[in-house]
Amino acid sequence: MKRQDTDYKGGSKLKAITAIIRPEKLEKVKNNLVEVGCYGMTVTEVKGRGRQLGIRESYRGKEYHIDLLPKTRLDIIINDDKVEEVVDTIVKSAQTGDIGDGKIFILPVDDVIRIRTGERGEKAV
Amino acid sequence: MNTPINPGDTAWILISTGLVLLMTVPGVALFYGGLTKKENVLNTMFMSIIAFAITSIIWVLYGYPLAFGGDIHGIIGNPTNILMNNININTPATLAPTIPALIYIGFQLTFAAITIALISGAVVERMKFSAWTAFVILWVSLVYVPVAHWIWGGGFLGQLGALDFAGGTVVHINSGIAALALVYLLGKRKDTRLLPHHLGYSVIGASLLWFGWFGFNAGSALAANGLAASAFLATNTATAAAMISWIILDCIKTGKPTLLGAISGAIAGLVAITPAAGYVTIPAAIIIGLITSIFSYLAISNLKPKLGYDDALDVFGIHGVSGLWGSIATGLFAAPFVNELGKGLFYGNPGQLLVQVLAVVVVMAYSFIVTLIIGKLLDVTIGLRVSEKEEIEGLDTNLHEETGYRL
Repeated sequence: MKRQDTDYKGGSKLKAITAIIRPEKLEKVKNNLVEVGCYGMTVTEVKGRGRQLGIRESYRGKEYHIDLLPKTRLDIIINDDKVEEVVDTIVKSAQTGDIGDGKIFILPVDDVIRIRTGERGEKAV
Repeated sequence: MNTPINPGDTAWILISTGLVLLMTVPGVALFYGGLTKKENVLNTMFMSIIAFAITSIIWVLYGYPLAFGGDIHGIIGNPTNILMNNININTPATLAPTIPALIYIGFQLTFAAITIALISGAVVERMKFSAWTAFVILWVSLVYVPVAHWIWGGGFLGQLGALDFAGGTVVHINSGIAALALVYLLGKRKDTRLLPHHLGYSVIGASLLWFGWFGFNAGSALAANGLAASAFLATNTATAAAMISWIILDCIKTGKPTLLGAISGAIAGLVAITPAAGYVTIPAAIIIGLITSIFSYLAISNLKPKLGYDDALDVFGIHGVSGLWGSIATGLFAAPFVNELGKGLFYGNPGQLLVQVLAVVVVMAYSFIVTLIIGKLLDVTIGLRVSEKEEIEGLDTNLHEETGYRL
């Protein structure tokens, strides 16, 4: 096993961006993020609801309220100074202006470890 | 034994038997499996498949001989051929002498099996698998076998002239009413919403049903002839008409056409034309199909909520109700120039309608009462319903230690 970089003390300048977007916007968001130099991401299919509490579906004449809708979640870890650019790109690419466009959350990241090499902090991103 | 076995007829019934098998395995299994919650998909499919296997054994042991053996007082067949005794490869079928008895037996077996498999749709998501297997044995023996004899095997309803070309009464009313009796005993599920977890399965299942139904209806001519061709075209016509009318009803009620509505309408049309397929003209098939969706739709959207029974996948609403309409419609539309055996009200024979009503009432009453007795018996012995925990967590992991989807 490769040695871990144990000197690193944490408190990185990294941020975690979690974006919940419309599934059909994923391709556009991904492609546009590459153009601003944001490559790594983890994508998950998720379900969620917002204030309007979902949509209506009907089966055999009976209507049901479906309150959890399919959404796509992107998790991106990026340097502090690139956050605005990345957030901007996501908003521009995923926006339709209608209810259900999603949300973006920004959180501080204490540390990052690259499993392959054991590198830590900014250089592990 | 004067008519020689006809290779063309034999080939067609061999194919038809395979087609009807396909309706249950995997047609009904997929149709129902897609409509349930994902935690119950395997149990739902399993109910159809095990029903087919159990019925297959019952049929060759004693089911066929009792249903189709020489008539005893109009009630039951004389089981001289128990365990297929005295039937060899060259024995012609008594009721269809141009085909071998062995394939006639196989053909009829697929009808018995789908009838019981259909009932499972009403009781899914809450019935014990052990209780279901016991129910299959008892119901096929005590309900399907006598009813098949009464109408098709030379029994009293057939003697009175009741018309049921391919099973509107024997298969669909019979299963629809039994479903109602069984859900009455089982009670409602905790979650009675119909939210299909995989509608695509149901579309494949319904499509296989549509395809297989040509064996069911055109095969019921028991020969490769013009009557089979007529039944084939009537079947497809009524199915298409019923699908279109169900879609229109959907648009009126909820504002949108639905795919589940389309396949439900197709099945309703297939059911309704089943008793009539070999007796009616093509225009009559259009009318039968268009109207049947209205009856089934109203039964599901109005009658079911009003009466509050939990027929999970609408076995009564589709098979019971459309079977009823089809059987009555046969008494109206049967045209003697299509089939000399049938002359309905519209061709000057009101008596046929009365016989149809009588047959329907007798089968409904018998099926309902005997199903209630069988169900009650099983409830007090092994218990019909799974525990609350098993129902909430899902039947697949609890009853079979399997899951349909690994994520």
